[in-house]
Amino acid sequence: MRMRALGVAALATLAFAATACGSSPSAAPTAAPGTSAPASASAAAGGGALVIWADPLRVKPLQPFAEQFGTENGVTVEVKEISKDNQMTFLTASQQGSGPDIVIGAHDWIGNLVQNGAIDPVTLTEEQKASFSPKAIQAVTFNGQIYGAPYALENIALIRNTDLAPDAPATIEEMIGKGKELKEAGKVKEVLCIPVGQKGDAFHVYPIFASGGGALFGTTASGDPDPKQVLLGSEDSVKAFGKLKELGEKGDGALRTSLTNENYIVNFAGGKCAYLVSGPWAISEVKKGGIKYDISAVPAFKDGKPATPFVGVQSFFVASKGKNKALAQEFVANYVTNKDVAKALYDADPRPPALTAALEEVKASDPDAVKFLDAGKDGMPMPAIPEMAAIWEPFGIAENAVVKGGDAAKAATAAQKAIDGSLKN
Amino acid sequence: MALDVRQAAPAPVRERPRRETTTAFVVSRIVVLSVAAAILLYAVPPLVATGSWVALGLLCAVSAAIVYLYLTRRFIPAKYLIPGTVFLIAFQVFPVVYTVTTAFTNFGDGHRGDKAAAVTAIETGSVRQAPGSPEYTLSVALRGEELVFLLVDPATKRVSLGTADGLTPLDGAKVGVTGKVLTAPGLTVLKAPEAAARGPEITALAVPTDDGVIKANGLSRAVEGKAALVYDAACDCVRGDGDTWTADESQGYFVNATGEHLAQGWQVNVGLDNFARVLTNPTISGYFAGVLGWNLAFALASVLGCFGLGMGVALALHHPRMRGTKIYRIVLILPYAMPAFAMLLVWRDMFNRDFGLINQLLGAEIDWLGQTGTARLGVILVNIWLGFPYMFLVTTGALQAIPRELTEAASIDGATPFKAFRRVTLPLLLVALTPLLISAFAYNFNNYNAIALTTDGGPFPADSPQVGSTDLLITYTFRLAFGAGGAQFGFAAAISVFIFAIVAVISTVAFRRTRKQEEVYA
Repeated sequence: MRMRALGVAALATLAFAATACGSSPSAAPTAAPGTSAPASASAAAGGGALVIWADPLRVKPLQPFAEQFGTENGVTVEVKEISKDNQMTFLTASQQGSGPDIVIGAHDWIGNLVQNGAIDPVTLTEEQKASFSPKAIQAVTFNGQIYGAPYALENIALIRNTDLAPDAPATIEEMIGKGKELKEAGKVKEVLCIPVGQKGDAFHVYPIFASGGGALFGTTASGDPDPKQVLLGSEDSVKAFGKLKELGEKGDGALRTSLTNENYIVNFAGGKCAYLVSGPWAISEVKKGGIKYDISAVPAFKDGKPATPFVGVQSFFVASKGKNKALAQEFVANYVTNKDVAKALYDADPRPPALTAALEEVKASDPDAVKFLDAGKDGMPMPAIPEMAAIWEPFGIAENAVVKGGDAAKAATAAQKAIDGSLKN
Repeated sequence: MALDVRQAAPAPVRERPRRETTTAFVVSRIVVLSVAAAILLYAVPPLVATGSWVALGLLCAVSAAIVYLYLTRRFIPAKYLIPGTVFLIAFQVFPVVYTVTTAFTNFGDGHRGDKAAAVTAIETGSVRQAPGSPEYTLSVALRGEELVFLLVDPATKRVSLGTADGLTPLDGAKVGVTGKVLTAPGLTVLKAPEAAARGPEITALAVPTDDGVIKANGLSRAVEGKAALVYDAACDCVRGDGDTWTADESQGYFVNATGEHLAQGWQVNVGLDNFARVLTNPTISGYFAGVLGWNLAFALASVLGCFGLGMGVALALHHPRMRGTKIYRIVLILPYAMPAFAMLLVWRDMFNRDFGLINQLLGAEIDWLGQTGTARLGVILVNIWLGFPYMFLVTTGALQAIPRELTEAASIDGATPFKAFRRVTLPLLLVALTPLLISAFAYNFNNYNAIALTTDGGPFPADSPQVGSTDLLITYTFRLAFGAGGAQFGFAAAISVFIFAIVAVISTVAFRRTRKQEEVYA
């Protein structure tokens, strides 16, 4: 009997452990105070320390400049690597009082960070503003205020295998025609390498969607996207979804759900398709594949609207709950707007710098950067409004549905309904 | 079961007080006390820094209780119960209480902080540079003990002294090539490190002017700005830009006459709103039954599949004539040793229609994760693959505890091996394993990873982009609460409470039945 009692006790402990592991994610915020409290202590104890949070790619290039800034100002600067869910981690930590002084992220975070009171505006002089590309400044402006110092621009473009497709296609039709021709000849396996996946990929398909006449938001009087006017279910958007359907699995086969974010670049680098729709981050992999490539803008439909890609701007933000706001402002407004910093960040992760002077320097050594920038010339800065978060998933699922051959009007209406529903909440 | 724990634990302890102190006794005491002291020392400074006095009080009380308990020779049972109880409260009870209280608030994006923080954010966010005002070059100086600004207009090179009282022209200052003031009569100009050390004071200093205030922008520049929006405590509203936004405590927003609100809000108590939303929102309640049905099927299929397969393999390896059992055991344990996170992603890619291993092996063109039936089959298969080694392990363990004589006796009595298994081995196994099966069911009921990392809820029907055919309640909830429109912790907590209730009911019923079963076989 005692053996059994012990056994049951042991099993009960195991069971307890098992259920404890399975606790729901909503318990996550409760875990935060415990873990973040010691961090805040170290920050507070540091006094004149400046803490910067960056993603893994940017930690190394920032380090020497952070140190230099530290020496000049007699403070210690810590660049901390945050590898996952940076925006959410920053918001939670900032709310607990254990956040950094400066955080690096994409400009489309701004809306959400502002509504949570997590970042402060950055005052740039007229001269500084003029030194950036106007698109970068437009992107970091929210409600008429500049909320971050931009440092890199990124957008997607059409990368093509010049051995297979020597000429840049003028229209989508031309590109698809050539892709199909190559596929029939057995030279490639796919018409076009663009990620779709089981949930669609709004970011990559957007230029094609826009060229088909589709739109996300209406515009306010000031020219900003208007969250009150979601246009995904509009007549023009339905037509655009119809075009995506024609490109899809039951049509030309250019858009395929089996091409995902994990395999689309690899497939291109392996010579399995002649065309790739991707951003600067794909280049290192493409080079590894030993492919001869060229970069041009994503083409538009014949007689269609321009194929405008989203433009993303990586930026430095000043945390409003930071311990050293004066230092943080100094670093963001007066230091990283410096050409050398922009150049170093470019060297670590080749995305075209937002600072015109740095870009000029980069242009001389790296023609790809110029080509990407040209491809994004007419691009639309990704809307920074918090409402944008509601768009991605329904848009992607609608895309997936039409790619699989579903009804465009039904998919568009359902997406519009889902977005309207979540925005009202 | 709780009863068994208590019976089992104190038994070897009872003799202790009479015995002389052993080394193990001293060591265990030192360990417990030093762990308690370490936690106390580690946690006190941050708690003091953030002013969390309640938490600090609790921490001190618990530490004091532990120290007292372990320094006296009395309270033997408490010595064993207290550490477990503390952990139980900290890791189980507290999160549950916190989740339930969160469910009554609108905590989430836009409502993370309190009202004061929202007001500050609104005001600082609305500060705009006064049109045509100079962008001063800033040097920070001390006048006696008072921190002052030395401001140089870059266009006219005129130097002004900025204090909390206002701006006055300053003569006799020497300006360097960078445009910063090097020396000034009667003032100590701070060098960069000295200024950096006074960062918070610099941020706080506002020099009033006719059009607004001059504030430092970093350590080397200052600009004149004015807040376009100002909070007025008298009317509990925000004024500016030709409009007035009044605080609405039921929503946690400043709202104007046309019903529009300012971006920054604060956390308020919303009562039962979150619960009501779960029940009345057609996109939630409309799909609830369907999702729950699949959720139950998924959890049942996972548990029964894992158990069936695990037990089958364990029985095969338990057979006395089986050879090479060690090798088999190692191979069988492999899936369990792999990180589930990575394996789920690998499986997802293996299911890919055009590039996946499975279709390549089968020579098929099945869109595994793109169709309802195959996607459901796929996730169950993956989950069984991940889960059966665990069931295999525990069944192996439980089988060792069943005396072979029992089955031998059965076979002497003329029972077929199947009958012996059915009537003798299985019931004895189930007595030990049913609690595990129930907890595995509860775990799989909320197995977020298995779905999120493979299908992410998909495939989605074209007409309902919010609920996919492999969505569990938990993945579905996660999408509703965090997918669109930012994070909504309050809402997520409310749904968690519902899910908790469902799992609790199922588990309670199952445990009650188990107890009856135990009475029959024990």
